[in-house]
Amino acid sequence: MADPRETRVLLDKAEDPALATLEGYKRLVGGYATLEKAYRSMEQDEILKELEDSGLRGRGGAGFSMGKKASFLPRGEMQKYLCCNADESEPGAFKDRELMQRNPHQLIEGITIAALAADAGHAFIFIRGEYDAQADILDRAVAEAYEAGYLGKNILGTHRDLELVVHRGAGAYICGEETALLDALEGKRGNPRLKPPFPAVQGLYGGPTLINNVETLSNVPRIVANGAEWFRQFGTEQSPGTKVVSISGAVRRPGNYEISLGMPLRELIYGLAGGPEAGHEVKAFYPGGSSSPVLTPAELDLPYSFEAMAEAGSMLGSGSIIVADDRVSIPHMALRTARFYHHESCGKCSPCREGTNWTVKMLERVVRGEATPMDLDIISSVQQNIMGHCLCVLGDSMAMPVSAMVNKFRDEFEEVIANAGASLGEEELLPILQGAPA
Amino acid sequence: MTPVDGPGIQNPNLPVDRAVTEGRVPPRAEEQIPELHEVDCPDELREQIEAQMARYPDRKSASLPALWAVQKLYGWCTPEGIRQAAAVMRVTPAYLESVASFYDLFYTEPIGSHKVEVCTNISCWMRGADQLLDAFRAAAEGDEDVYVTGFECLGACDIAPMASIDQRYYGPLEENDAATAIEQLKAGAEVLPDKALAARPLAADLPGGRPSPEAGSANG
Repeated sequence: MADPRETRVLLDKAEDPALATLEGYKRLVGGYATLEKAYRSMEQDEILKELEDSGLRGRGGAGFSMGKKASFLPRGEMQKYLCCNADESEPGAFKDRELMQRNPHQLIEGITIAALAADAGHAFIFIRGEYDAQADILDRAVAEAYEAGYLGKNILGTHRDLELVVHRGAGAYICGEETALLDALEGKRGNPRLKPPFPAVQGLYGGPTLINNVETLSNVPRIVANGAEWFRQFGTEQSPGTKVVSISGAVRRPGNYEISLGMPLRELIYGLAGGPEAGHEVKAFYPGGSSSPVLTPAELDLPYSFEAMAEAGSMLGSGSIIVADDRVSIPHMALRTARFYHHESCGKCSPCREGTNWTVKMLERVVRGEATPMDLDIISSVQQNIMGHCLCVLGDSMAMPVSAMVNKFRDEFEEVIANAGASLGEEELLPILQGAPA
Repeated sequence: MTPVDGPGIQNPNLPVDRAVTEGRVPPRAEEQIPELHEVDCPDELREQIEAQMARYPDRKSASLPALWAVQKLYGWCTPEGIRQAAAVMRVTPAYLESVASFYDLFYTEPIGSHKVEVCTNISCWMRGADQLLDAFRAAAEGDEDVYVTGFECLGACDIAPMASIDQRYYGPLEENDAATAIEQLKAGAEVLPDKALAARPLAADLPGGRPSPEAGSANG
């Protein structure tokens, strides 16, 4: 049973394991009726208009209007492609895993309808290699959909074809970046490409390509079935719809909760997820995955929406909240965060490759007590020099949270430096300060 | 669908000249591509890779699936396996090696037949992932058949701290689960059945009802 504070639309009936089968999807939620409607009686522009009017914003991180993105694809006879980004690898995010595991057909139906809107004849689901169990579930569901005539040649007897391939990645966060995903799909190392040209113009195999997140595409069937107005009854003016929010870290009931966007953060973190254990309080939290600048308890009463998070100087991103309570050391959390991006940097451009490397080294010096307060200024300036200077946003994804942590918790950083330094003897400390070999 | 070969489709309708974005394309080292009869490729592997190649508009897209097939057959991406896949795909072994070395899940050195990846990222770290990784390392010490490694976020922060054991997720784990899991692995038994993600309900549907202020969690 859903919590009464939840609004389950994408996760409707998700408690029933039968939903993962074609038979269950049709019986429990009337699945594939929208596909029939779209393929038999709707034009490409009609679907595009419905998606654009709904105001559905991309659920993968950037929050760009899905309908608009689809309308950017040029018209014409060339081969076009649709890619579903299921490479969910951002620390804190695990909503796509739940959606694919519990309701794979909802995603497949969304893909078939979005392919109609984009006029794509070939679609791919790029799923991270770690999600082996979920990829198996998708493989089975895709096979069922082919058998039922929802995929393949002449779908439902119409002249439309769609091939759908489940493509497993092999462990690289960068492949969640849309152009790196395209390279990985083309069988190369997953390095991001220079933009422009954007994938909508020139993407997979050089053809126009629409790339959308799992949750975005999972929203498509219901929007097309019920209309844009129906969708807009949920959420806020600028952030319509429901959102599956992943909450983890120092909360008592971590997990995925589907809410109407705009719910106050306090209700999400303390209400649905149960808040930190008794006797502890929230100290900081990432509102949109590990790449979002951290917020503090002062911002707990903000509504959880794209616009409110942007106004607070952070972002809703993929909708993944990581909570740190008063026992968590922020400098250590900053180091953990930076290490992740250092490990995952593809190395193609230097601000990211070098910036993540040196940030990790400097933060290690901080927690070892070998740093001085001046190092904090250097850390901040390195972050400034990463942001906006890379091919993709991986470097920014480290720079944003790390600089937010250094700015908002500078006292704690200085305290860690001072205390760790004090625990060393003067002889031990001196050579390090002078930069001489110990 | 027209099969596509080489770097991309020559499409007159595209608004941007492909040459603008194409880097230097190395000369094709045809002579470096091994012939099938030179590599002794098992039929099973060849058929799998050929089936994968047929699924994509460009056969080169099959390089990840091909490496997965090699790894499944040999336990890791062996140089011989890579040569066999290269012969089937008609690419150089060096090309496939460059791809294999990019991705964390492809092993270019031998590992044991069982694989334990312990997530050590933010949410798991807060809940004791470092200690869990130590416990797994201790439990598998001296056992070359079980490969234990720390891993970046596996996308299961709800069951933190967690581990992926032979590509299946388990959590939330306690330190003493490590020894149990390794024993079950070696005995060929089902691993930690009550901690498997596959059997876990949605967070709000978990037994124990809604969050109450008194309810503590098993925070490690």
